[in-house]
Amino acid sequence: MAYVAVKGGEKAISHAHDWLAETRRGNPALPELEVDQIEQQLGLAVDRVMAEGACHDRGLAALAIKQAQGDLIEAAFLLRAYRTTLPRFGHAAPLDTATMRIRRRVSATYKDLPGGQVLGPTYDYTHRLLDFSLAAAGEAPPPAPQAAVAQPEALRVTELLAREGLMARDSESDAEPPDLTRQPLDFPASRAARLQNLARGDEGFLLGLGYSTQRGYGGNHPFVGEIRQGHVTVAFTPPELGFEIELGDILVTECQMVNQFHGSKAEPPQFTRGYGLVLGAGERKAMAMSLVDRALMAGELGEDRVAPAQDEEFVLLHSDNVEATGFVEHLKLPHYVDFQSELEVVRRMRATAIAEASSPAEKELAE
Amino acid sequence: MSHDPGYNFAYLDENTKRMIRRTLLKAVAIPGHQVPFGAREMPLPYGWGTGGIQVTAAILGPRDVLKVIDQGADDTTNAVSIRRFFNRVAGVATTTRTPEATVIQTRHRIPEATLTEQQILVYQVPMPEPLFRLEPRLTETRRMHALADYGLMHVKLYEDIARHGHVASAYNYPVMVQERYLMSPSPIPAFDNPKMHRMPALQLFGAGREKKIYAVPPYTAVRSLDFEDHPFRPHRADAPCTLCGSRTSYLDEVVTDDRGGRMFVCSDTDYCEDRQSTQAARGEQAA
Amino acid sequence: MIRPAFVEPVLDAQDCFRAVLEAMSRPGRVQRLTMALDAPAPLAPASAAVLLTLVDAEAPLWLDAGEEAEGWIRFHAGCPLAVQAEASFLLATGTPPALADLRQGSDETPQDGATLIIQVESLEEGAGWHLTGPGIEKEHRLNVTGLPPGFASERSRLAKNYPRGVDIILCAGDRLAALPRTTRIEEG
Repeated sequence: MAYVAVKGGEKAISHAHDWLAETRRGNPALPELEVDQIEQQLGLAVDRVMAEGACHDRGLAALAIKQAQGDLIEAAFLLRAYRTTLPRFGHAAPLDTATMRIRRRVSATYKDLPGGQVLGPTYDYTHRLLDFSLAAAGEAPPPAPQAAVAQPEALRVTELLAREGLMARDSESDAEPPDLTRQPLDFPASRAARLQNLARGDEGFLLGLGYSTQRGYGGNHPFVGEIRQGHVTVAFTPPELGFEIELGDILVTECQMVNQFHGSKAEPPQFTRGYGLVLGAGERKAMAMSLVDRALMAGELGEDRVAPAQDEEFVLLHSDNVEATGFVEHLKLPHYVDFQSELEVVRRMRATAIAEASSPAEKELAE
Repeated sequence: MSHDPGYNFAYLDENTKRMIRRTLLKAVAIPGHQVPFGAREMPLPYGWGTGGIQVTAAILGPRDVLKVIDQGADDTTNAVSIRRFFNRVAGVATTTRTPEATVIQTRHRIPEATLTEQQILVYQVPMPEPLFRLEPRLTETRRMHALADYGLMHVKLYEDIARHGHVASAYNYPVMVQERYLMSPSPIPAFDNPKMHRMPALQLFGAGREKKIYAVPPYTAVRSLDFEDHPFRPHRADAPCTLCGSRTSYLDEVVTDDRGGRMFVCSDTDYCEDRQSTQAARGEQAA
Repeated sequence: MIRPAFVEPVLDAQDCFRAVLEAMSRPGRVQRLTMALDAPAPLAPASAAVLLTLVDAEAPLWLDAGEEAEGWIRFHAGCPLAVQAEASFLLATGTPPALADLRQGSDETPQDGATLIIQVESLEEGAGWHLTGPGIEKEHRLNVTGLPPGFASERSRLAKNYPRGVDIILCAGDRLAALPRTTRIEEG
């Protein structure tokens, strides 16, 4: 009876989890990775987990990365599951990225502009050659030279265009923003809901979709108006206090993609903006997000919706890697009941098909 | 029985429970209609029963006795995992015995034993939309449900019959609820569909990833779609259970060697064990 | 002083919800609540418990129960108050509002139809209305006193709008019963 009804599922699970713990730790002769080291030295992984885990807490994100053996989707899932248990106090005031303490700022549309171009800590222009000196523990690098004067606040490039009337202005609203973690997404989705979804969305999925718009699937003609990265202040007005308090500063990356728009019956030709904002230094994600955001505006701007990136239901319902990984991976759960019913049907259909195929031949033989 | 003091009773916070409870009441009031709800991220993956878990967590109380099955069995790993979860966060009594349970959470089966008015059956649902293979757009299917426009599904079933001589769906076989809403019964085998019809127990369906809840109240008409000349026929493997001899229960096929050896056993492990122990008791009496 | 709500908020709410779920699933069957609850007049224990169980900041409420009751439920549930046409929950301790004036939902979103809680004098099974529909094996009998005459026929005029409609919870003392929009009433 060894085949049937394997008892002891509970024991199997518990043993598997022991094995997992051992695997996670690796060779015990080597020192254990500390959460602080992950937080400090794998900062971009921490940023990605915070963004896709939709929770700004570097320490918890680092812990999740450690627990997940560096599987960043698993880590984002751990952080999300923790996040849902937290009470919701309300929503913060909109971040004012115009007053960002900038550490990186790049515009592809103007050679120079007020506030200047700031490269900041970037992999751009590094030669992607493995640095074998990092393989051995060594001295910390010397501190990078810093500008004598602090970086001034800088007007956003899109604002420069808007003042000239060349950039469509996004309407401001004091309405309570939707919260996708409380209310299910509804279609057509508001831009706020869309951006929220994209900000939590999987970097790889958005990257592929953004890329597809550049290759002709949804005619974007994007320019990086501006990428800026730096610290902004989060402020919140507790209803019981009635006045705003500052909760602290967070690092964010914002990308504003400028796109030509030929105009419609209602709007003259102008530029339109694709917007991306990501927790931490997730520049690639912010750029991809801004491409997809712009593509999703196709319907509102009267452009044909023909490409995958322009299809709101397709993009927004498949962007979340916690949802996607759960459903893809659920296929490994037992399905033998449904499979059994499929077996019965396929066997019946085969019997019918074979009977039909053989009966004319038999007739011919008989004749 | 006590629950893990680190979490609220049954894990969910009270606001979330209230939201799910309001949704459940509307679902019961509109049988077969999918009601959107603000599904939360659970500590188990989407697709692994988060919808069913949220429904169970919203209804469960300290007096309940919970049974969890997957593929009809109490000891499949995911059923074990979900049962352990509730044991930890709600401290409720659990059972494998169908008649003893007040709440039964299931994936892909309806128990063989007839359920009673004292029981609630909670289904885990991967895709609540019965039309999704024919029309993936939610905006479109929502409109079809509003108009009760199910022509697409009838055409699909009719084409199946024209091509194969019968309907090619063997599980997740679509049903009409109270002759108004087309509903996915979840991926239960079509064999189980007739059990849904006028069931004395309340049936609740939770789809976490798709963020929908729906319900079939007790004694509600549930009809598997069919045609007059091609009536719905539930199928099971044409064999008795090797363990208990049942000729009426749904069977799993087990491969016993690499030379085509097969045996069939009940998918409902509690039903099968119950029959085996009754037979053993009779055997002892006879001896 | 605002009167307290449930003694055991988590367990009492669960207990009350199961009674309401059972009532909604088996229309006309009378459920009895057993938890202790000292709600302000004119709230009956059952209607007060149902409110505590179901309304909160996301469920706008209309009620006609006066200032103290209003303050009590707002304090404990944090629910916004709304006009009849916009409320998702309504509690009538006096003459109930016209059903046709309440939220009915749309054909695409019939779940947006309101839930109306009516405080009545008494609820008894076994006599009175003949109820049929989902949740009822053959027929349930329900005798309600304290409803305005013509209530049943007013309600039945909305049936043609199904799936749009209003769901009703009747409360008397510590007892409750429900009439989801699918239940047909024949006056007995």
